Amino acid sequence: MIITLNGTTSSTISAELLRARRTAGSPAQGMVLTLIIVCDESEYASSMEASVAAGREHPSRILLVVTAGGRNASLDAEVHIGESTPGEVIVIRMRGAVAAHPASVIRPLLLPDSPVVIWWPGKAPNNRAADELAQLARRRVTDAASAARPLVALKARARDYTPGDTDLSWTRLTPWRALLAAALDQYPAKIKSVAVEADRGNPSADLLAAWLHARLKVEVIRKISSGPGMTAARMTTASGDIAITRPDGLLASYAVPGQPERLVALKRRNLTELISEELRRMDPDEVYERTAKSLLDGEKRTTAKPRAKKASTKKTARKTGSKKADSTRRAPKKTARSR
Amino acid sequence: MREQLQTKGDPHVITVMRPNQLREPEDRRLPRIAGPCVLVIFGVTGDLSTKKLMPAVYDLANRGLLPPGFALVGFARRGWAHQDFAKIVHAAVKQHARTPFREEVWRQLSEGIRFVPGEIGNEEAFSNLAETIADLDEARGTGGNHAFYLSIPPGLFQTVVDQLRSHGLAEELPGRWSRVVIEKPFGHNLESARELNRIVSSVFPASSVFRIDHYLGKETVQNMMALRFANQLFEPVWNNNYVDHVQITMAEDIGIGGRAGYFDGIGIARDVIQNHLLQLLALTAMEEPNSFEASQLRVEKQKVLAAARPPERMDLHTARGQYAGGWAGGEKVKGYLEEDRIPPDSRTETYAAIRIDIENRRWAGVPFYLRTGKRLARRVTEIALGFKRAPHLPFSETDTEDLGYNAIVLRIQPDEGVTLRFGAKVPGTQMEIREVNMDFAYGGSFTESSPEAYERLILDVLLGDPPLFPQHKEVELSWEILDPILDYWASLPEQPEPYEPGSWGPKGADLMVAREGFSWRRP
Repeated sequence: MIITLNGTTSSTISAELLRARRTAGSPAQGMVLTLIIVCDESEYASSMEASVAAGREHPSRILLVVTAGGRNASLDAEVHIGESTPGEVIVIRMRGAVAAHPASVIRPLLLPDSPVVIWWPGKAPNNRAADELAQLARRRVTDAASAARPLVALKARARDYTPGDTDLSWTRLTPWRALLAAALDQYPAKIKSVAVEADRGNPSADLLAAWLHARLKVEVIRKISSGPGMTAARMTTASGDIAITRPDGLLASYAVPGQPERLVALKRRNLTELISEELRRMDPDEVYERTAKSLLDGEKRTTAKPRAKKASTKKTARKTGSKKADSTRRAPKKTARSR
Repeated sequence: MREQLQTKGDPHVITVMRPNQLREPEDRRLPRIAGPCVLVIFGVTGDLSTKKLMPAVYDLANRGLLPPGFALVGFARRGWAHQDFAKIVHAAVKQHARTPFREEVWRQLSEGIRFVPGEIGNEEAFSNLAETIADLDEARGTGGNHAFYLSIPPGLFQTVVDQLRSHGLAEELPGRWSRVVIEKPFGHNLESARELNRIVSSVFPASSVFRIDHYLGKETVQNMMALRFANQLFEPVWNNNYVDHVQITMAEDIGIGGRAGYFDGIGIARDVIQNHLLQLLALTAMEEPNSFEASQLRVEKQKVLAAARPPERMDLHTARGQYAGGWAGGEKVKGYLEEDRIPPDSRTETYAAIRIDIENRRWAGVPFYLRTGKRLARRVTEIALGFKRAPHLPFSETDTEDLGYNAIVLRIQPDEGVTLRFGAKVPGTQMEIREVNMDFAYGGSFTESSPEAYERLILDVLLGDPPLFPQHKEVELSWEILDPILDYWASLPEQPEPYEPGSWGPKGADLMVAREGFSWRRP
């Protein structure tokens, strides 16, 4: 059922939600969170689709906030309930002066007690700490890949990181990171250097490089390929490369020294899968925080040299871990191999 | 850090164990992916294999949890080539997989699919199997890690296990593993369960034996643990101060279908109560484990099963039935005795209800009623804790006429969730109290994408996670509870009481609880 409310207020929307739920016979809902999506008209359709699909895994109240300028203040809403999603979807369009005070509209519509997540599918505010809506949320999800200059956006967000932030360019890496970690589970060799290949301006690749550098404390080279997305990650060991190469964005080949090369499905995931993964955790992602910091440290290291932008050269080399002598956790030097 | 020195093996084997630098405990996004291995399925032409196992393997691959070097070997009495088998798997996956079919996932899987034709007793077939596996170890880098899934009747276990041993397939070499999966029924009484265990454990150590009860997924077990032990709300009332009886139900709306050969002579008590219902009972009644390690959980389950007693007066506290012919759910159905290949004088029960008492401080005096049956009104599995009535009601009797007892219901399937039943005032000027439900459903997350029991189990086997599933000791304990009841039933001269199909069971079962002042919940 879709209920359209023009020139409305938060309390009318709340009352309408309650009424709609009652007439539907109070379907057992068990909504677990409120998801606020801030987008413009052009991103509206895809974000709605992704969030409704994600709502199947995490039944939630989804508040789609579409703001626009204009001289006259107006507030229109559409309440979707009982349609292809276990939760509730409310599209809220704000124009004019109301759009400058979105939290006043949203605050009464949050589910009691449950966590609040905010997601900007496109443009995210520069100063998220000061953003009214961001302050309502415990988790803030951005997507650097949708920005005009992804790496710049990612770094800007890394700079003003607050606990609870994540970026979908990090989420996109999970299958790659899982495979790389699994490769080291099975082949726990000492890694000498690492190379990450992806298309130009792919923020995930830079994050992966930063993560590998932070964890392995070795040089990580970022190479440009023709894509799509991430195309390869190679970890060099004494007896050869552990390599995952995915030229087509679908099927990767997986190679470990001394073992036959094998295929592994490694499809680029869609928005629904990404946002579902994000909604699984409500606490701050510390690993992302450290990785983002490592990304910025890498920038410092590289900007010490004549500024080498990754777009202009083949590699943006990271120096080996200069600080943090966390030697207690490092692997032993000797690699006693049989024969 | 532990050093493992290996004297032989290929030069690429890393022998110094170092912690994986890419893993850290905070990084909960990273799943554990099993190492390269071969899964060998015996009885691969069976229903279970096509409907459950193959789709589960695909779903795991689709979720990125199978290693790149995974191989699936089918073994059956068919003259198939590898490609024929791959086609069968392909069709099974397309039809039954939980997750959408994706070509690239299939390509990853299909590279490692092999078929070995032959009889289970045939030496040559097993040499062939050993060769196929050795080839896979080479070609797919599976490194000598093998899991054997015995989807075959228990009578054939001995032969298969012997064959595996004599062809060196069950050997555990350092750095390699060999595991075996067996399904319920784990025997048909205490003695046969012991025999079965003797056969399997003669070759595989206890930690390498994985028993699966496909009714009871690991997910369900963990959900129950979360509800009971992650909350402060329920634990204080989870005892005989407040609970006056517990009902554990597993009802099926179907008859025995094509399982006549298996079912007749076995009966539903052996089929369902021994493993499934007694496991649910153990999970409901056990004390809090020290941790959620499988071993700790088992300790508690074993303790409570050891305290569980079958009733002394079998005539009063057990009931059995057999479904008659008639109409069920809008369909005309045959009675049990009219089913194909069932002898017309069969005494096998299709409905069983028993009372179990648990002799410990928490549960003394609280009867646990277990019931299960085929051709009942609907398919449902649930655990209901019935609470004592409030000791004093400041209302007149007419006010509370509609008030039953409070209950916490753990719904296991099909609509997993929790229901609380309590009294609420009916709106209006009169004081009238009626029963209402407070409902929690695992919502979308459970119906849409929660992994199947088989997926979790196969992953556990491949990862070598100690299973939450019963080990032999638990199986023995549950037979000790059930054996006296089965013996009593076998001693009775009469047929089990007939019941109407699509009903909630025979009159005798209603009488059994009514004697103690209770009535069965309508689930």
